[in-house]
Amino acid sequence: MPLIWLIVIVLAIAVAGYVLGRSRVMAATGGDSRKLHSLPSYYGYNVALKVVLPSFFLLLVWLLVQPVIVNGTVAADIPQSAIPEGSSRDLIMSEVRRTAEGLDNAVAQGIMTEDFATNARSDLNDVTQRLKDAGQIVTAQVTQPILQAAQRYRIMNDTGNLILSLLVILVAAAGAAWSLREMRPEFRARNVVERVVKGVLVAAASVAILTTLGIVLSLVFNTIEFFRLYPAGDFFFGTAWSPSFTGRGGSSELGVLPLLWGTFYISIVALLVAVPVGLFAAIYLSEYASPRVRSFAKPMLEVLAGIPTIVYGLFALLTVGPLLVAVFGKDGLGWMQAGTAVMTAGLVMGVMLIPFVSSLSDDIINAVPQAMRDGSYGLGATKSETIRQVVLPAALPGIVGAILLAASRAIGETMIVVLGAGAAARLSLNPFEAMTTVTAKIVSQLTGDADFASPEALVAFALGMTLFVITLGLNIFALYIVRKYREQYE
Amino acid sequence: MTDVTPNAGGNRAGNSLATQDARTKRRNRAEARFKAYGLTAILVGIFFLVVLAVSIIRSGSPAFTRTVVDVEFALSQAQINEAEEQLFKTAAYAAFFTDALKRQIDESGMEVAVDEDAIERIIGKPGSTIREFFQANPDRIGTPVTFELAASSRVDGYFNGRVTRESMQDSRFLMAGDLDLVDALAEAGVIRSSINWTFITGADSGVDNPGAAGIGASVVGSFFMMLVVLVLSLPIGVAASIYLEEFAPRNRFTDLIEVNISNLAAVPSIVFGILGLAIFIQFAHLPQSAPLVGGLVLTLMTLPTIIISTRASLRAVPPSIRDAALGVGASKMQSVFHHVLPLAMPGILTGTIIGLAQALGETAPLLLIGMVGFVARGYPDGIVSGFMDPNSAMPAQIYTWAARADASFYEKAWGGIIVLLVFLLTMNIIAIILRRRFERRW
Repeated sequence: MPLIWLIVIVLAIAVAGYVLGRSRVMAATGGDSRKLHSLPSYYGYNVALKVVLPSFFLLLVWLLVQPVIVNGTVAADIPQSAIPEGSSRDLIMSEVRRTAEGLDNAVAQGIMTEDFATNARSDLNDVTQRLKDAGQIVTAQVTQPILQAAQRYRIMNDTGNLILSLLVILVAAAGAAWSLREMRPEFRARNVVERVVKGVLVAAASVAILTTLGIVLSLVFNTIEFFRLYPAGDFFFGTAWSPSFTGRGGSSELGVLPLLWGTFYISIVALLVAVPVGLFAAIYLSEYASPRVRSFAKPMLEVLAGIPTIVYGLFALLTVGPLLVAVFGKDGLGWMQAGTAVMTAGLVMGVMLIPFVSSLSDDIINAVPQAMRDGSYGLGATKSETIRQVVLPAALPGIVGAILLAASRAIGETMIVVLGAGAAARLSLNPFEAMTTVTAKIVSQLTGDADFASPEALVAFALGMTLFVITLGLNIFALYIVRKYREQYE
Repeated sequence: MTDVTPNAGGNRAGNSLATQDARTKRRNRAEARFKAYGLTAILVGIFFLVVLAVSIIRSGSPAFTRTVVDVEFALSQAQINEAEEQLFKTAAYAAFFTDALKRQIDESGMEVAVDEDAIERIIGKPGSTIREFFQANPDRIGTPVTFELAASSRVDGYFNGRVTRESMQDSRFLMAGDLDLVDALAEAGVIRSSINWTFITGADSGVDNPGAAGIGASVVGSFFMMLVVLVLSLPIGVAASIYLEEFAPRNRFTDLIEVNISNLAAVPSIVFGILGLAIFIQFAHLPQSAPLVGGLVLTLMTLPTIIISTRASLRAVPPSIRDAALGVGASKMQSVFHHVLPLAMPGILTGTIIGLAQALGETAPLLLIGMVGFVARGYPDGIVSGFMDPNSAMPAQIYTWAARADASFYEKAWGGIIVLLVFLLTMNIIAIILRRRFERRW
């Protein structure tokens, strides 16, 4: 039974439960809702919630657990001899899944009968041919162990789905029956419903924790896996980055240092653009600008923050890069070989960060109490002297926090560097050379054809871990500074 | 105590308010300079915005037009029979076409050297298009038919300024001499620009066929993704915000949630891509490149943004509203759901739309879960297939085009950006209107 029908059935039971629960309790009081403990609709909601929540919870857990169990059982049954040299159990399993899916499609299209698909002694050539007819890409020839495993996989999944459907409907019905029995006028339906709703609210709030947990777990497990295949020391202290493209050659050099250098270099260039411009823009907006100028200029700057990073990436690759080459390239100063360089990516990223720095600093400068400015003016200081010697020192911790947040943005930025910075990992000081960053390499290592179990793909998780730790550290530090500063004047 | 000290400044020459001394002048100059720095900074920001806008519009607008060649001619049944008997049928049809074009040129009295190779370089080989047309419409045989044929991508580039006479090098695709013919044809109205509907409604083409590339399929992919994001992030975000703002006790657990939300808001988007790859695809075996998975990843990414803005709008509802509701006997839950939430709704919706706009422009996580441009080969067959079948999204499609070697795709990428920005602009305008219309100051 398709999942969608299952959900529809459960929802239908819930709606029926709502109507029944409400009418039943109304009937018990003879239609006088004042004799009820709660409003009549709460009795309906009570039934509906007790139908929906347990059954959907069961559904969710089952859907998460079933593939794991089925995969595990089927994979364990594949004989060692069926795994060819140079392959792995995971690869075989993905082939099994593909074959099973093909069988499903073939049955759905009428190319195979259900009996044929489940028959263990089917002719292999015939099966392969029919799978091809069904539009399923089958690599070469389906082998006996794979076919058997695929058939087992299908049967287990089908049985699992059947049991699931029955169980879910049973749970929904049981929930309805149980809660309908509670329907007496003195039943405290509102309290129950509100407690359940509060539970749902807590669960929603916990999604944030689960997300962090998911990020940490997915990074940690794969990183450990990577360090099992590739020594951690070489990763952290290696000065060369040259992954082999063959998939699993032992010849890859995966040192993170050139990538970190590229990341920091580009971020520094970006901050050199963004911090002065952003800071002065914030000072002008908060201290000098008339309300009219402010109401025009501030949204204009914020538009820069709303533009997707892919647009900036294209801007770097196709507009800024060629422009820089025209000035610094062969025909100009001769410092630059190609449009993709640290300078290109850094400049564009700086533009992207201007509104980020300016709006954060704007808030912080505005938070400096007016009394401090007035005191300074009273002593005869000019506006700029007040800003330089009173406002900025008072706002300094907050501004440092804002700059750190901008730095963490710059380090985590992906599309601009993927398109604008080049692909070569280098340890060089020349800002007109192409360099690459941690984020750019995560994209290139995970979007290629490399097998997921190879160090060339797994290194992306270690890179992600590095990135996550650096940006998290910067964020926590920055938020700590900003918060501490804010309390100072509140 | 408040004796006015007589101004004993007699030792400073020219101590008058009317004339500035050197020091005051210097200070005033510093003041003016400082102000100028600020103004410059603003202007620099706006300058970049203008440059960005101009380069997007200038490079992107050609993607919405294409160059077509109008040729009118009739084919008799005898000619078709003759062509069908030959070995290279489409070549025979192309020959009819070339003859017709030549005749058209002669009739218009143009004095330009025409040869078949030049025509082929300009229009390509239209034989199969013509043959298919007459096979599909046998009743049109013998009557004059106007064919609107797409010109080759180089000619297209010449028309919209990507290829110029100076920059062009002779190749088997286009010779400098052909441009004379193109100019003459353009003057006669045979070659003209028309709106490129393929770009707006089409799907991604192969690497070698930039003319047929379109963004339609990935717009649909983005649409299904945004549907997932909206359906998941709005209720979860609102529920989480209500809990944190109205019910959460001050304890460790609440602090943990708060810290997590503020940190997730600053985690690089690519890390969410890694999460999606590891959890949704490797662990939960959801289909790769599916808009459903893209939507899930973007939901997790936008949740912090939505929670932060929703909490702000809940906080903006004055406590007197809550107190009044509680005073007439509502429960805490009723006061929140019946009074606070409806009043905060415009603010919540504004925040959600802005969060969605952010998610719509996000690229990096989508690349990791396989939603790259070249999987967007066509429209999904239905609603389920819209969520589950491999598709791309607008920004990922733009990235794929930008990463291709053929420069004709760059134009498509800029054009795609215009489409993307139109969507983003619409969403932001809706958000602004919502805020203007319903915002209430207490």
